Amino acid sequence: MSDEANWEDAGAVKRFMFVNRKAPHGTIYALEALEVVLISAAFDQDVSLAFLDDGVHQLRQGQDAKALGMKNFAPTFRALDDYDIDKLYVEAESLAQRGLSAEELIVPVQVVDRERMSALMAEQDVVMSF
Amino acid sequence: MLHTVNKSPLQTRDLDSCLEHLAGERLLLIEDGVYAAVAAGEASAKLRGPAAEGRVYALGPDLEARGIGHDALADGVEVVDYAGFVQLVAEHGPHQAWL
Repeated sequence: MSDEANWEDAGAVKRFMFVNRKAPHGTIYALEALEVVLISAAFDQDVSLAFLDDGVHQLRQGQDAKALGMKNFAPTFRALDDYDIDKLYVEAESLAQRGLSAEELIVPVQVVDRERMSALMAEQDVVMSF
Repeated sequence: MLHTVNKSPLQTRDLDSCLEHLAGERLLLIEDGVYAAVAAGEASAKLRGPAAEGRVYALGPDLEARGIGHDALADGVEVVDYAGFVQLVAEHGPHQAWL
């Protein structure tokens, strides 16, 4: 009961950002991050996702990991909106280095420059990095 | 000799080091290494020399998994399947993996 009371006192919604910096299939980081994001949706917090460096590859259209006998998780990004997770920030410089454009991504995102990305990170209460 | 690189060109220096040692040998890009072969990406310029000589390959299933169409690849990069991988090792071995 007291725990619950403390939770209520803590009250205010916290800002959580999940920072994705790894390509999707070479390591398990991207899939694990997505699992944690989906879990976080159950806690009614202010959740956002950041994609920079090789993390932008996670959102590329047309991925088909079945060729590798692995879970094809990219379409799950489309479901995030159903969980009221609609703040997806993608770093413009990271896209440009990899020859990607926002039109080639699997979901609508907000493309932000590096300066804006660092400001967004600094605004968070909790940053979880994958 | 056949070299393979399985890391993204913008995450580690493995591709750079491999290319510095490639001399006249062959390079097969696998796993996250295939991102280097995307023509629009800035890393693809590093492959230009050996690709023009037909010495650079990319593994098809790894391209598919990552949503990279064959039309997005840099000039001269040849796509091989798993059987092609085996054939490259058989014809051009020994094999060195730049892990």
